[in-house]
Amino acid sequence: MNLTVVSINAIALVCLAFSFLKDRAKTAQALRAALKSGIGLAPTLLTILVLIGLVLGFVPLETIARILGEGSGAAGVLTAALLGSILHIPSLVSFPLGGSLMKAGASATVVAVFITTLTMVGFVTFPMEIRVLGKRFTLLRNGLSLVAAVIIGLLVGVIA
Amino acid sequence: MRPGMQRSAVSPPQPERQSPARGWVVLAAMVAVAAVLLIAFPEQRDPSIAAFWEFLLEMVWVMPAVLVIMGLFAVWVPKEAVNRYMGRGSGARGMLIALVFGTLPTGPLYAAFPLTKGLLEKGASPANVFVFLAAWACIKIPQELIELQFLGWRFTLARFVSTVIVIVAMSFVFQRLLGAKEGAPDGDV
Repeated sequence: MNLTVVSINAIALVCLAFSFLKDRAKTAQALRAALKSGIGLAPTLLTILVLIGLVLGFVPLETIARILGEGSGAAGVLTAALLGSILHIPSLVSFPLGGSLMKAGASATVVAVFITTLTMVGFVTFPMEIRVLGKRFTLLRNGLSLVAAVIIGLLVGVIA
Repeated sequence: MRPGMQRSAVSPPQPERQSPARGWVVLAAMVAVAAVLLIAFPEQRDPSIAAFWEFLLEMVWVMPAVLVIMGLFAVWVPKEAVNRYMGRGSGARGMLIALVFGTLPTGPLYAAFPLTKGLLEKGASPANVFVFLAAWACIKIPQELIELQFLGWRFTLARFVSTVIVIVAMSFVFQRLLGAKEGAPDGDV
């Protein structure tokens, strides 16, 4: 158990206590929602965890580091951006996935680009976004988000 | 709750909601593949299982807390509130509101599309809407807690700050390029 784990659980408990004091019914509703999304998320989460296990167990770290590491340059960033744009997984799941890549030797830039495109750019949700917000809006938003992701990644690489 | 949608004439988009069963089927397939691989390559067995457990444990320590926080956000910051406050205020103030309100709600990005349409119709600027969607996508507060756990303080902070700077800058490009359309959604069918 580390500081992060303790802080996150402490925050949750404090918020929960505060909410409970203010409104019990709402708090119960919140807990039900939490349980529901937990159950909904479970299969995807476990699938990704098994995948992480396999990737870290089978793919030699040098290979991951070569494709996505510091020395991978533009090719690594492009790979991450492309994968992140195409894959459609819940954003909560993108962090353990990014963490496993980082652990395996991927650079901070590549991981940041991957997470940002994963959450901000969605090929799979394109039709839905076009239907609601229009083609022009959708293409511009996703295109500029892709550019933004690469810039964010480069900045993270400099700062982190 | 599906607030924000009732104001749009278009029927709310039904995100191809995968049936719950489908997720479990995918998981079962993944486990089957893993089992075959681990039996075929015994020397890879230990490192694979060790990595799986390590990440599973890290997840178990924080996931319930994050889900509770998300649940609390969902009931205390209903989407109606976002709809009420966003789009007011212009300039830096409006953008700050967009940024903050983007990080509060929970749910996948596609859940924000109908809400966004309502905001645009109400007169929120395309730049603010861009910031709102981007913040919703990748710097939502409960998600940042998971990021802390798996990627550490340094990375999380660096990505948060970079994201805020870049999406604010990019929102002006977006508004400019969207141009004459004035953000009016042309998606009505």
